[in-house]
This record gives sequence, structure tokens and C-alpha cells, in this order.
Amino acid sequence: MGAQLRVYRQKIKSAQTTKKITKAMELIAASRIQKAQARVTASTPYSRAITRAVSAVATFSNVDHVLTTEPETIERAAVVILTSDRGLAGAFNSQVLREAEQLAELLRSQGKDVVYFLVGRKAVGYFQFRRRASERQWTGSSENPEFELAKEIADAVLEVFLRDAADGGVDEIHVVYNRFVSMMTQTPEVVRLLPLEVVEGVEEPDATVQPLYEFEPDVETVLDSLLPVYIESRIYNALLQSAAAKHAATQKAMKSASDNADKLITDYTRLANEARQAEITQQIAEIVGGADALAAKK
Amino acid sequence: MAALNVSVVSADQEVWSGEAAMVVARTVEGEIGILPGHEPMLAILAGGEVRVTLPGGEKITANAEDGFLSVQSNAVQVVASRAELS
Repeated sequence: MGAQLRVYRQKIKSAQTTKKITKAMELIAASRIQKAQARVTASTPYSRAITRAVSAVATFSNVDHVLTTEPETIERAAVVILTSDRGLAGAFNSQVLREAEQLAELLRSQGKDVVYFLVGRKAVGYFQFRRRASERQWTGSSENPEFELAKEIADAVLEVFLRDAADGGVDEIHVVYNRFVSMMTQTPEVVRLLPLEVVEGVEEPDATVQPLYEFEPDVETVLDSLLPVYIESRIYNALLQSAAAKHAATQKAMKSASDNADKLITDYTRLANEARQAEITQQIAEIVGGADALAAKK
Repeated sequence: MAALNVSVVSADQEVWSGEAAMVVARTVEGEIGILPGHEPMLAILAGGEVRVTLPGGEKITANAEDGFLSVQSNAVQVVASRAELS
């Protein structure tokens, strides 16, 4: 007797504890989104300035540079996947990994080998579980990415890019990450970093008037030092976007977890009340039955 | 006289922006001074000081490392992965 009731009470208690945790995580994530977003905004002047400079070089000069020209045959492509270190963020990691798989499939169908660069413990775990090889991994700082991390990734990626294809170098670099669209939406995005595909905000040069553009020391050197910086800033931006998106995804996931816990608590409370009532009714019935039996005996 | 529109930008923030009468920076080929009406240019900075003279005559100096300087129709941008006012 009362076993049913005890089970329900246990379940209510466990749902309440879960709710406390998810609620706390939701609040933490909500407060971190602001900060992460502020960092995305703070880094925009830099990336905008660099993009403008790159488009200036691309528009006002016509030098052939390794970083801008597309080789005829592409043997190998590098894919940089940005995930988070921790889960509990809904579809955040799975959607970016799915996007990366699709990209890899597309690249393979074009006859290219795919080399992976992984950021975040989730991507590393995913690859380890499937026993797949990856070139480099970075873990531990995806929540609060520093510029140094972006620099490190950019250096590693550029190093394989500049290597000859025969020595295992790559000819293409893609980045897959979650873009922070709004608090509610984070979309996985694929960007091809190299060779340069689209430079945002390129103004078509006026055919009649060639503006004088001076490069110091010369165009090649400027390009040489500008493009790595461009890659760094793009990766840094992607890292920040991904961090902000992670916090937003966590907040959303934890909010729905809290709501679910709430629903469970109400449901189990109803059931517990019902069980209690049934128990009381049964007790009354037993007492009445007993009294009747005693009365009939006399 | 037209003024220069200057912004000093580092990787994680905009360090300083505003109007200026002159900018002096050190590029890999030596020091360069930029006055309003300068031709468009793009130069690689050698690490060091960037001096900005405000229209009022005051001076602001910033340290910039690993960066470049771009000038286009009186807009000057000093872009460096690390930059700070000193």
C-alpha cells in the first residue's frame, strides 16, 4: 500500500532537481550570449577593414598570387569544422557535423581527398568514435575564443595550403560553422576561404578611370602579408559566431528542457493526487466494510 | 581644409576613431605622413608608433603591431592584430 504514491513522489522530486539544473544553465547561457554577441560586434570593424583592403588589392591590381588563383586540378581539400566543447545545446553540434559530412561527400564526388581540422571536443569525439583520421585538433577554448586560437588555426591551415599537393598539401580550404542569426536561429554555414571566392563589397572598377592605388612596398608583398591576416580574421569571426550561436542554442535547449520538466511535474502531481485519493477511498471502503461485518455479527 | 577620417582597429575592438589633420605611421619602407587629399594607398606597417594629430593640434599615439595602413579618399585605417593607445 502506498507504493504507487511513493514512486510518483520520487519522480516529481527527480524532475524538480533536473529543472533546477536546466534553469540555472539557461540563465547562465542567456547572460553569456550578450557578451559573446558584444565580441562579435567588436570584431566587425577589423574584419570589415581587412575585407575592404583585400577587395582593394583584388580590384586595383591584377597580379597572380597563390592565394587567389585557382589551380586546375584540386586533389585535396581541407575542411575546418567548428563545434563546441560541451553538449546540451540541442542540434548545435549535430547540425554542423551533418553539414560537414555533406560537404565532404560533395568534395569526394568531385574526386578530392578531404583533410579535416577539428575545433571543439564534440567534433573530436565524433571522429574518434568513427575511427576517422584528422589532421589537427583544438579543444578547450571554443567557449571563449581568443585571437591567438584563430591565429594558430589560420597558421596550421595556411601551412598545408602552401605545401605542394604531392607532399600532402591542400588546394582548397572550407570552414563549417554555426552562424548566429538570432537568439532563436543558428544556421550551419559552409564558407570557402581559399582560393578566394567572393570578396564582399567589391566595387567594380570604373573602366575609363583607373584610380591610382599605391602599394607599399609592392603588390606581391602586400598580398603576401594581407591574405593570412584575412584568413585569420575570417576564422576569428567564425569562432566568435560559433561561440555566440552555442550559447543561444544552449539557452534554447535548456529552456525547452525546463518546460518539459515543468510538464512532467504537473503530470506526476496529478497522478500522485489521484493515487492518494484512491488510497483514501480504499481505506474508507475497508473501514466501512469492517464496521458492516462487525455489525452483522451481533 | 578637409580632415582625415581615421580609425585605429585591432582584432577584437576599434581602438580609436575620429577626425584628424595628419597621420604619421611607420611602414616597412620608412615613416610616412598622410595629409588630407593623399592618394589611395595600402602599406604594410612595421611594428611601432602611429601618431595622429588632431585638428586642434593635440596628438594621439598608438602602438600597432602586425598590421597595415590603408588610405582611400581621406579615410585612413590603421589595422593591426594588436593595437593600443599609449
